[in-house]
Amino acid sequence: MQPIIKTYVIPGDDFTHAGEASGKVKAMLKQLGYDSDAVRRIAIAMYEAEINMVIHADGGKATVEIHPDRVELTLQDSGPGIEDVELAMQEGYSTAPDEVRALGFGAGMGLPNIKKYTDDMKIESIVGTGTKIYMLVKAGKTS
Amino acid sequence: MKLSEIIEILKAQVICDSDLSLDYEIKTACGSDMMSDALAFVKDQGMLLTGLLNPQSVRTAEMLDMKCIAFVRGKIPGDEIIKLAKDRGIALLSTKYRMFTACGRLYSKGLGGGCDEE
Ligand SMILES: Nc1ncnc2c1ncn2[C@@H]1O[C@H](COP(=O)(O)OP(=O)(O)OP(=O)(O)O)[C@@H](O)[C@H]1O
Ligand SMILES: [Mg+2]
Repeated sequence: MQPIIKTYVIPGDDFTHAGEASGKVKAMLKQLGYDSDAVRRIAIAMYEAEINMVIHADGGKATVEIHPDRVELTLQDSGPGIEDVELAMQEGYSTAPDEVRALGFGAGMGLPNIKKYTDDMKIESIVGTGTKIYMLVKAGKTS
Repeated sequence: MKLSEIIEILKAQVICDSDLSLDYEIKTACGSDMMSDALAFVKDQGMLLTGLLNPQSVRTAEMLDMKCIAFVRGKIPGDEIIKLAKDRGIALLSTKYRMFTACGRLYSKGLGGGCDEE
């Protein structure tokens, strides 16, 4: 079966609307009848990656591939990149400035949450070029 | 714990009920001003207590399937946040209590945090 493929542009200068794409994907998966626990995990993982693109990388692009047994997401930006991915994956590690903390982000929990909620994740990042994060969550339909 | 009990215990003002029943059963709660901290917590029928007054508190609740947010320290959300919450069917409360006290009041009346350590 052909997967459903959707792409979203995530604007970098719009903190207020950040998370909109993740909300849309969540609603679509629910509508398609995917299992609610998997839908929630997908939504959280995508939301964390979407917020990261907005607060750390001036926005980017999200691609979602919906298969009968899994959902694959790729979020790509042309931001500053991550120097040490292994370090960035640690709970509590954050480079977010105080302004971002005042907005409720910068606990250093986003990437660890993505790891926790996905079945597979990969980060490719080149300093000065950008970051690409790939996520896979196994998901099936309940009905 | 029913939503009506939560409103009473927090002496909360209902900003918008978003058509949520007063009998809606809330099973666990999470208190945080950092959204990724809250996102580390997934339990069915939970609620969020937060001092964070921007649309991302509603989005966080949305991703977590939470139906209720209580803003602490008497904070009142603006129109944009209210509209987003109504749209998503998320009830908004405002309580004068500070975070620690608000959480403590609910906890002492039996609402848990839903963590394995409890
Ligand atoms: N898309 C990105 N571009 C550049 N740097 C990033 C990107 N995503 C994450 N990072 C870097 O990795 C660090 C850790 O990311 P993570 O999402 O775990 O935490 P955070 O965003 O700082 O805080 P939180 O997610 O808890 O709000 C960030 O502080 C930042 O330095
Ligand atoms: Mg993050």
